Amino acid sequence: MTATSSLSACPACVAAPAAEALAEAEAAPKDAHIMLSLPTIHCAACLSKVEAALNADPRVQSARVNLTAKRVAIDAAPETDPAEMISRITDAGFEAHELDATALSATTTDQAGRDLLMRLAVAGFAAMNVMLLSVAVWSGAEGATRDLFHWISAAIVIPATGFAALPFFRNAWRALRVGSLNMDVPISLAILLAIGTSLWETALSGEHAYFDAAITLTFFLLTGRYLDHRTRSVARSAAEELAALEVPRAWRVSDAGEKQVPVAELAAGDLIRVRPGGRLPVDGIVTEGHSELDRSLLTGETRPVAAAPGMAVSAGEVNLTGPMTVRATAVGRDSSLARMADLVAVAESGRSNYTSLADRAAKLYAPGVHILSALAFLGWLLWAGDLRVALNIAAAVLIITCPCALGLAVPAVTTAASGRLFRRGLLIKDATALERLAEVDTVVFDKTGTLTAGDPTPGDLSHITRRDLGIARALAEGSAHPLSRALALRLAEMGIPAVADLDDRRELPGFGAEATWQGRPVRLGRAGWVGAEAGDGTEAWLRIGDGDPLRIPFYDAMRDGAREAVAGLQKMGLHVALVSGDTAPAVARCAAELGIEDWQAGALPADKAARIQAFGTKGARVLMVGDGLNDTGALAAAHASLSPASALDAARVASDIVLLGNSLAPLPEAVSTARRAVRRIRENFTIATWYNIIAVPLAVAGLCSPLIAALAMSASSITVSLNALRLR
Amino acid sequence: MNILAYLIPISLILGTLGLGFFVWTLRSNQYDDPEGDAQRILSDTYDDRPKQD
Repeated sequence: MTATSSLSACPACVAAPAAEALAEAEAAPKDAHIMLSLPTIHCAACLSKVEAALNADPRVQSARVNLTAKRVAIDAAPETDPAEMISRITDAGFEAHELDATALSATTTDQAGRDLLMRLAVAGFAAMNVMLLSVAVWSGAEGATRDLFHWISAAIVIPATGFAALPFFRNAWRALRVGSLNMDVPISLAILLAIGTSLWETALSGEHAYFDAAITLTFFLLTGRYLDHRTRSVARSAAEELAALEVPRAWRVSDAGEKQVPVAELAAGDLIRVRPGGRLPVDGIVTEGHSELDRSLLTGETRPVAAAPGMAVSAGEVNLTGPMTVRATAVGRDSSLARMADLVAVAESGRSNYTSLADRAAKLYAPGVHILSALAFLGWLLWAGDLRVALNIAAAVLIITCPCALGLAVPAVTTAASGRLFRRGLLIKDATALERLAEVDTVVFDKTGTLTAGDPTPGDLSHITRRDLGIARALAEGSAHPLSRALALRLAEMGIPAVADLDDRRELPGFGAEATWQGRPVRLGRAGWVGAEAGDGTEAWLRIGDGDPLRIPFYDAMRDGAREAVAGLQKMGLHVALVSGDTAPAVARCAAELGIEDWQAGALPADKAARIQAFGTKGARVLMVGDGLNDTGALAAAHASLSPASALDAARVASDIVLLGNSLAPLPEAVSTARRAVRRIRENFTIATWYNIIAVPLAVAGLCSPLIAALAMSASSITVSLNALRLR
Repeated sequence: MNILAYLIPISLILGTLGLGFFVWTLRSNQYDDPEGDAQRILSDTYDDRPKQD
């Protein structure tokens, strides 16, 4: 079990990049239970510092840090503001982000995992005791002593398996009731038959009893189940934590003033105040305020769109410049954001056809095992005419063929591989995602927010004089608009001083900034407002007095590691394509820079999904990498899908794998690790098969004693686990 | 061989005690924060508000 301990969830520390982008200092309404994520704590000193800082507040009743999950749970007086708690922790020198406690409810009580662990402990306890008794029998105990030992074994094993093997029995029964076979049917049959024949043998004071085999079988199989469960729950809790970082609150405007409410409480017709930098929680119509909207998560287009009263806006868009008031027209499930989810549901039904390697093996295996043991039973019954001997042989065959190694083959490998990828910053959300990722031969990227960082950077400025740039810097500084901020930063890097004699500087949200300089009006902003013809691509215009407007082009900077990721994937022989909703010149430039030949611009969400399906019908297996709402359909339609942690919740839900860091560089390694994992799974199946090929004839011939069965079973399970560990 | 009459029950009882102890640790949430518990013992301040539930 030590193999898994290093996997222990620290989702908070990897979720930090997402948190930086998403956690805005939002004040909470009544909230007595506060949950904060502390990605940077790591030692006893941090732990006591955080608790001391929080307990110093008289309103805090108790604050308890969980170092494993890197969270702190605070019980405080009503109306305590999480933002204040966060600032207390920040003052103590640690990073903190608010978590939505309701979204985390599932992780706090992992009942299923605890239940499995309990069964595993009981099976382990019983197996150890019975093995000790069996050693005495194998080393030559006879007569009454042997019978006594067999009876004691029976007394331990029967209640122990009755409790520990219950999940197998339940699954087998569920499968049999609908007339199908799964891996649990031969397992249950082997356990029950082994116990039954052993009881009969013991009653007749026979030599061979398989009590030890029945309980060790249960123990090994439960180990496989537990590993499987742990891998999945670690991934699930990290995914939940990412979701919990986005605390959905909105400012509702009423006669009594502005009040912060959970998004779930909003209704159509409500007036909602959206501040600059905030994401629109609902579909609606602007009633007040001018601003610009970033629609890139919905459409992939990087150019901001002007918003004015009367304009319809959709949930998911980000307000860039000025405060706006929006009258909600559709909320929650009716909003365009939720309608996108329907696209996902349709596309997802196609993917559920995937059968995992383990299921395919089980389909071949389960009937084969039953037929083999039935044949052995009938053969011996006809040949020897002895029911007792025949039943003994049949039980031996079932125990030997029982998919003990098979039950460990897949979970051991997936645990090792997901642990390795988790350390590289990749979160595997779906159980079969690794297998599907290994089959991928085509990678389709989204541009905005996936290959590019989503932050604009000024392009060529050589056509503008230093004096004019100085004016531009003075205009841009102090503005919160992303283009202005990027421009001011670039000009500061270039060492251009801002002109000092700028008067009456004011900002018109949704248009730009203007001022007077030496008696002449100067403007920096949108093309139409400055008096220029709008070009294609993201741009700002500068106009000094009556002079010609000067164009300042912007392009999207590449995300960290995008170049390495594309080059690495191409080197592995994968076809790389770029499908974006942005304009053609922007997409072409990005494709040329990264060396992608196959690109498509102006794609609507449905176009993207259609493109993926077109690849699919041609026989290609596509890995879709995207972050926006416009990608969700494509993500769900693809054979495997990946999204960065900065993606919208809907996109992360639709994808199998979440990239936790900011860099795309681990992508090629993810594909190669997945391929190696599948190779190990196949190797493990081969090992298990060879072991069966050697041991089954012995069992059918009646030469298999309980000692041989125990040795073979343990040896194959250990080989398979060790082979899986080579992946780490 | 009469010694077996004592040894077997003794070994079983000891084993059951171990199992019962493990079940108790599991029930009382002692695996919720293994890293935190390992670090807390190094701190010289007394943990005067241990987790209750």
